[in-house]
Amino acid sequence: MTRVAVVDYGAGNLVSIARALQAVGSEVALARDRAGLDGADALVVPGVGAAAPAMARLRRHGLAGPIRAWAASGRPFLGICLGLQLLFEGSDEDGAATLGVLPGRTVRLDGAPSLPHIGWNQVERRRDDPLLAGIADGADFYFVHSYAVRPDGPGAAALTLAETEHGRRFVSAVGRGRLWGVQFHPERSGDDGLRLLANFVALADDERDSAAVSRVPPIGARRADG
Amino acid sequence: MLRVRVIPCLDVAGGRVVKGTRFVDLVDEGDPAELAERYARDGADEIVFLDITAAPEGRATMLAVVERTARRVFVPLTVGGGVRTVPEMRDVLRAGADKVSLNTAAVRDPELVRRCARRFGSQAVVVAIDARPVVGGPIAHGRPADRDAARRGSWEVVVQGGRRPTGLDAIAWAERVVAAGAGELLVTSIDRDGTHAGYDTALLRSIADRVPVPVVASGGAARPADFVSAVREGGAAAVLAASIFHRRVHSIANVKAAMAAAGIPVRLGRGVAA
Repeated sequence: MTRVAVVDYGAGNLVSIARALQAVGSEVALARDRAGLDGADALVVPGVGAAAPAMARLRRHGLAGPIRAWAASGRPFLGICLGLQLLFEGSDEDGAATLGVLPGRTVRLDGAPSLPHIGWNQVERRRDDPLLAGIADGADFYFVHSYAVRPDGPGAAALTLAETEHGRRFVSAVGRGRLWGVQFHPERSGDDGLRLLANFVALADDERDSAAVSRVPPIGARRADG
Repeated sequence: MLRVRVIPCLDVAGGRVVKGTRFVDLVDEGDPAELAERYARDGADEIVFLDITAAPEGRATMLAVVERTARRVFVPLTVGGGVRTVPEMRDVLRAGADKVSLNTAAVRDPELVRRCARRFGSQAVVVAIDARPVVGGPIAHGRPADRDAARRGSWEVVVQGGRRPTGLDAIAWAERVVAAGAGELLVTSIDRDGTHAGYDTALLRSIADRVPVPVVASGGAARPADFVSAVREGGAAAVLAASIFHRRVHSIANVKAAMAAAGIPVRLGRGVAA
């Protein structure tokens, strides 16, 4: 069974993400410090709220360095909401410097008819990715946020998996190899959300198998169940 | 495009779903977790549990219900009733709820809204406003009632299921709790609750025009057309109903189909016909 470490740093509701990951057949361990990552096949960083207090808590728990190293290593990683935003270089919300694994910043969702952006909205595919296998282009996912990431530099377009419109278009999912981040909450997005998490767990499982078989490169998309 | 949410509300007492007319004559309608799961399958965009007894001794029962539901329902879950303090709200969120709805406790202690929003974020704080039309002119609540208010109508906030008037003007109260950090308002026309007379769209519109946060329409839904009116005329961002869903008078899919036909953006998931 795929073992998923969910980072617990006091930034929001872990119950729903833990239960959703269990519902798709993974074993969940809450990671409160560096040792909590030991033995994990995949890492999930959830979170709601502002970047500065979240970074402060990660540092206090000795987790900022290990999370950055994990995300940079190419091992399976999923950032959700604030967990996606922390992957970038900094946040305009409070000026915090964040993990800097991906190029770009978190910026306010200007021009939105209402903020926070709360509710179900469409996730429009910009390129195919095994994380979104079996999910219709334009499927609805549940959002709760006022800021969104803006990937920057030459790799920005390749990083963008999906976009969503709320006043303006913003990046709602990114991916690079086995590193993914989503602005929406798959754990609160019904069947499609569970499908995304099942895909993530299956991809992490592939990774574990291929690592066991003498470092054979990962074999692309394995669909969860069609 | 952001969807208008359709939300079934489950009134919970003693660990069971109940429904009565105007909060009395309660009838047992089933197990909360089971009903919530059925609704999620039928396309519910969110589930609301209201602990209508809200007695201190019932808190543990309600937490157990939330916990049980959160294991099998993967859409947002809002819980109202019985939360009076920040630690009580924390317990409900830890049990698996995404939002907590404050009603009587906010009227008694308006600063509670601010404290909860500061601790958990505005997105987790809903204020439920039960309102009743004022006959014979608007409430002045400390300043002269203006002519506009007299023309558009005026509503008073009531608590304890409508049994106790508060003297608060519903629109002014809505503005006040939003300023304090409420991320959403659940506006119930208490006289229409359970009557199937349709939503009070004038009340909804009066509040929706004054606050930037989503207004959830509640109280009186009977036909799919009522849901359309709540959005079109009332300006609601979400529509909530209880008995018509519990008694299978209309399915969530029916309601969504009617809304979609009227040009309202709704989420049409698996098993929901467009």
